[in-house]
Amino acid sequence: MDKLGLIVKREYLAKVRNKSFIIMTILSPILIVGMILLIVYLTKVNDGEKRIITVLNESSFFNNEFKPTRGISYVHLRDISLSQAKDSTMTLGYFGLLHIPEGDDMEEVAQSTYLFTKENPNTTVTEGLERLFQKTLRLKRLELLGVSSDEFTGIEKPFVMNLATFDGERSIKGITEIKAFIGGAFGYAIMMFIIIYGGFVMRSVIEEKTSRIIEVIISSVKPFQLMLGKIVGTSLAGLTQFIIWIVSASLLLFLVVLFFGIDLSVLSGETSIAPGPVRSASEFSAIVDEDLLPYTREILNIPWGLLIGSFLIYFILGYLIYSSIYAAIGAAVDNETDTQQFIFPIILPLMLAIYVGFFSVFSNPHGPIAVGFSLFPLTSPIVMLMRLPGGIGEGGVPLWQLLLSIALLIGAFLGIVWLASKIYRVGILMYGKRPTYKELFKWLKY
Amino acid sequence: MHHILVAQNVSKSYGDFKALSNVSLEIPENKIYGLLGPNGAGKTTFIRIINQIIYPDTGQLIFDGKPLAPEHIATIGYLPEERGLYKSMKVGEQALYLAQLKGLSRTEAKKRLKDWFERFEIGEWWDKKIQELSKGMAQKIQFIVTVLHKPKLLIFDEPFSGFDPINANIIKDEILRLKEEGTSIIFSTHRMESVEELCEYIALIHKSEKILDGKLSEIKNAYKNNVFNVLLQTEEPKNGLLKDSLEKFNILSSSADEGNWSISIQLPSTDTKGVLAELSKYGNVSKFEEVIPSANDIFIKTVNGKEHHG
Repeated sequence: MDKLGLIVKREYLAKVRNKSFIIMTILSPILIVGMILLIVYLTKVNDGEKRIITVLNESSFFNNEFKPTRGISYVHLRDISLSQAKDSTMTLGYFGLLHIPEGDDMEEVAQSTYLFTKENPNTTVTEGLERLFQKTLRLKRLELLGVSSDEFTGIEKPFVMNLATFDGERSIKGITEIKAFIGGAFGYAIMMFIIIYGGFVMRSVIEEKTSRIIEVIISSVKPFQLMLGKIVGTSLAGLTQFIIWIVSASLLLFLVVLFFGIDLSVLSGETSIAPGPVRSASEFSAIVDEDLLPYTREILNIPWGLLIGSFLIYFILGYLIYSSIYAAIGAAVDNETDTQQFIFPIILPLMLAIYVGFFSVFSNPHGPIAVGFSLFPLTSPIVMLMRLPGGIGEGGVPLWQLLLSIALLIGAFLGIVWLASKIYRVGILMYGKRPTYKELFKWLKY
Repeated sequence: MHHILVAQNVSKSYGDFKALSNVSLEIPENKIYGLLGPNGAGKTTFIRIINQIIYPDTGQLIFDGKPLAPEHIATIGYLPEERGLYKSMKVGEQALYLAQLKGLSRTEAKKRLKDWFERFEIGEWWDKKIQELSKGMAQKIQFIVTVLHKPKLLIFDEPFSGFDPINANIIKDEILRLKEEGTSIIFSTHRMESVEELCEYIALIHKSEKILDGKLSEIKNAYKNNVFNVLLQTEEPKNGLLKDSLEKFNILSSSADEGNWSISIQLPSTDTKGVLAELSKYGNVSKFEEVIPSANDIFIKTVNGKEHHG
C-alpha cells in the first residue's frame, strides 16, 4: 500500500503547490473579512445619513415627544408662520417640516398635522412619526378612561408562553430552530466541501486524461488505487485549505475588530430600533442571565460528541461517495465542458437536501419528510445532521433511524464506489468522444 | 528457446466488440519482437493485458515461466502510444515519482536518473517543468522513465512517434543497447521500415486475430515466390531473339535502355540454372537476384488476403 501513499502525497503536493490554489487560500479570508467590513461600513453610512425634520408646533400638545433617534433628529421652530417655516426648512435643505396646528383638542390637532417634504418620505420615517403620535394619543385616550400611565405600562407587559416537554423539562421558544441551524451548518459545510473538492478531483482526473499520463500510471498501479489516492490527496489539500481559512479568517476578523474598534453588532440590525428606555449595562447583563441562560444551557446540552462523531462519519462517507462519482465523470469525458450534463444530477440531491433541510426539517425535525431524506443515502449526510442536535432517543432521532441511515450510507458507499471505479477504469482509456448514459451503463459490464 | 511471455488462447471483448479472439503468442527472451497490425487490430488491447491494465475474458499468460501476476508489474516497462507526463510537475520530481511507483527506492531511482540524465546530457532539465520542454524533450524523459527500473520485458508502442530523425536514432540505439544487455522487447508499430531494422521476430494481428507469427527471416523465406531481378546487357542484333526467348518465361516486367535490360522474372521453382543458361546466350548477366519480400509487402499481402478471402 506504499504506492497509495505515494499517490496521496503527489496529489496533495500537486494541489497545494498549485498557484491558483495558493492564491485562493490566501485571498479568501481577506475577501471574507473585507466583505464583512464593507457591510459594516455600508450599514454605518446608511445610518449615518441623518434626516433633520423641523417641527412647527403651534399646539400645546406633543411637546416632549421629539427625541432624536438613529436616523432622524428634530429642530424646533417657534413664533414663525407656516409659510416662513416651509421656506426656511427648504433653504436649509432639511428633510421635511412637521406642522402641528393650533387647537384645544389633542385628537383634532393630530388629525390636522402634516408632514411636508420635498419627496415622498420612506416608510421608516412615516411609521416612526406615526408610532410617536399613536403612543401619546393612546396614553391620552386611556387617561380619559381613567387609566394612569403607570397602570398602562403594567398593562403593556408582554406575555410569554411557557413551554415544557411531557417529562417536565422546560423547553424554550426557538431552540428547535437554533438546533437545526447548528446541524444545518454542519450539513452545509459538507455540501460546500463536496462541491468544491469533488470538482477538484474531477478536474485532476481530466488533467491526467488530457496530458495522456494516465496509461503510464496505471501500468504501475491499479486504477482503483489511483482513484482512491487522488480522492484522499485532494481531500487532505481541501482540509488544509478549510482549516487555514477558518483560522486566518477568525484571526483577521479579531484583529480588525480589535484595532479598528468596529462594532459588528450593527449587523444584527436590532440596536437601531430597540424600543423603550435604554437599559443600563448591569440591567442588560441581568437580562442576559435571565433570558439567555436556558439557551446557553440548551446549546451546551446538544450532544456535541454525538454530533461531531456523526459529522465525521457522514462527512467521510458522503464525501467519498460524491467524489468517486466526480472521479467517474472526469474519467468519462475528455474536457471540462463536457461535464455539465453529468454534474447536474449530482448537484441535485445535494441542493434538495439543503432545501428540504431548511424548509422541512427546521419546522419539523422528525416528520416523515425529514425521516425519509435522512435515510436516503445521497441526502442523509446533510439532512441527518440537521436532525441530530435534538439528540438520540426520546424527543430526538430514534436510534434505529440513525443506525439504519448509517447502514444505508455504508451500503451506498460500497455500491457507488464500486460502480464509479468501473466507469473510471474504462473511461480513463477512452478518448475522443463524449459518452452517453447508455454507453456508461455498457462500460459497467466490460 | 526460453520465452519471456507466452499467451495462450487469449480473448477479450468489449460488449459486442471482439478486441482479441484466441490469440496465442510466444515471445522469445532477449529478442526484439515486432507486434504488427493495422490500427484497431487489437495490438493495444493485447499490450494492456500484458500490463494488467485490463484482464482477458479467457486464456492465460505465462510470464517468465509463471502465470502473469501483479508482482510482475515491477519487471515490465511500458511506453504507451497515448503517452504524456504531468505538465506542471518538475522533470526530476516526476521521474522520481514514476520510478517509485514501479517499486524503486527513492535513492536508487535518483542515482539511476543521474546516470541517464548525464548520458542524454540533459542534467539542467531536472528542475524544469514539463510544459517548458519541447515535445521531443518530454519524450526523452518519458523513455528514461520507462526503462529506469531495468525491466525484464520492455513494451514500446509506436516509440518513435514524436521524435525527430536524430532523436529517433538515439532512441533506436538505446533500444538496441537494452537488448544487448539482455532485455526482451516487444515493439508494436504499423511502420514497417523500423520493423525491418529492429525485429527478429514478428506477429501480425488483424481484426482481433493473429494471422502470422514467427522469425522474420523465416517468414520472408516462406513468402518468397521465386521472383528474380535480372540486369542483362545485350548486343543490338540479339534484342529481337531475346524477346522471343522471354516468351517462355513468366515475365513480370521488363524494360530496355539501349541494350541494358532490367527484367523481373518469376520461375516455377527455385531452380535457376535453366533460365541463367538461357539468358546468358543473349548477353552479359550483370545481376541475378532473388526478390525477398519486405515486411511491408508481407503485411499488405496478408492483410489484403484476409480481407478478400475471409
